[in-house]
Amino acid sequence: MCLAIPGRILEIYEEHGLRMGRIDFGGTIRKCCLQCIPDALVGEYALVHVGFAISTVDAEEAARTYKLLEEMGEIMAQFDGEDAETPEGLGGQS
Amino acid sequence: MKYLDEYRDERLANKLVQEIERCLTRAWTIMEVCGGQTHSIVKHGIDYLLPKGVELVHGPGCPVCVTPLEMIDKAHAIASHPEVIFCSFGDMVRVPGSRTDLFRLKSKGADVRIVYSPLDCLRIAQSNPERQVVSFAIGFETTAPANAITVHQARQLGIHNFSLLVSHVRVPPAITSILQSPQNRVQGFLGPGHVCTIMGYQEYQAISAAYKVPIVITGFEPLDILEGVLRVVRQLEEGRAEVDNQYSRVVTHSGNLAAHQIIWQVFEVCDQKWRGVGTIPQSGYKLQPEFEAYDAARVFAVEEIDTEESAICISGQILRGLKKPHECPAFGKQCTPQHPLGATMVSAEGACAAYYNYGRHLGVEPAGSQPLGVSQ
Repeated sequence: MCLAIPGRILEIYEEHGLRMGRIDFGGTIRKCCLQCIPDALVGEYALVHVGFAISTVDAEEAARTYKLLEEMGEIMAQFDGEDAETPEGLGGQS
Repeated sequence: MKYLDEYRDERLANKLVQEIERCLTRAWTIMEVCGGQTHSIVKHGIDYLLPKGVELVHGPGCPVCVTPLEMIDKAHAIASHPEVIFCSFGDMVRVPGSRTDLFRLKSKGADVRIVYSPLDCLRIAQSNPERQVVSFAIGFETTAPANAITVHQARQLGIHNFSLLVSHVRVPPAITSILQSPQNRVQGFLGPGHVCTIMGYQEYQAISAAYKVPIVITGFEPLDILEGVLRVVRQLEEGRAEVDNQYSRVVTHSGNLAAHQIIWQVFEVCDQKWRGVGTIPQSGYKLQPEFEAYDAARVFAVEEIDTEESAICISGQILRGLKKPHECPAFGKQCTPQHPLGATMVSAEGACAAYYNYGRHLGVEPAGSQPLGVSQ
């Protein structure tokens, strides 16, 4: 029910006083209401729920979170193959 | 798709599982609040991926499931009016009331239409000025701006043959209700990412502080959920109880202020009944008095309807995290998504329906703590 999908804003326009836009969801383009993201720009990603954008996706935050996850994966990969029963060497990575 | 696929990386998922296992010194019980998270957990087998010490219990976060039977019966009574075009999201049309469901009503001639967006209802109302268009406005805070903008727009455009049947629910009072129960066994929460996209997480900080419980606002993809679990486990192991934001690419502390403005212009907080749980104070939205003309419950005076829930259904205990679907004797037998007995089987996001749809009724043993790949 609370499903929301990120899509790229292709166009922003006004219709009957509402801020609307065309959004590209991986090739499927839909008309959505952008009234709740008044500062969003064409080219940014919007998170859309039942035809209404509820947020823009913060590209820097997304990159930062993913980088942290990747770094954790890389750091842990160094310990792959070591004895799984003695993982103390991983301390301090949190 | 960007911002979806990268959060399904199997290698990173396995690393997160290993890190959770490394942090774990004892067993913990964590509730994911949102039905979308429940669906993702069961679909991707995340609960099977986790170490045995981490138990995920499924929360009340499916608005379709918790819509009271009386409200569904009211919807059916309104949809049966010959002058009505009754509009609903697709996941509500198969939900059985006491006597029928919207699909069956449609097959008997009622004009029931599935809409993608509440705004579609205004177009339908403008194209059918001689008919009454009613939109079934259910949902959590996530959906409230959509319904609020739609009713506000109806007034702006002078559309008078449109109304909302409102059954909106709010998450924080439901979490508080779970924590206040003497039987509660939830020690940490994955907070609802899209609800908090709208509302922010200030309300959750008060709950976390009052009940000394970690709440990590979490997204919906496998890596989001695993990272959310890791952050809850770390807090529990370190004796901390804070609100943390895993889903920072869309959730901010204050939420979406433009959405707040329209929500509070159109709605006000009210007590709300939850199917399977009962009435939770201050847990719903109703239309502000100045929008009463758009309240379908007033436009169509429906008499009180007596309803009766199944005596064997344990959905109330499942919604509070006290039981799992397979602990119900009716699960997968008398109770299936085709013939649901109660709240948690009626929608795909309900815990029972998710378990059933992904074969959990077939009695396959969990794979245990082995870090398996994330299935797509």
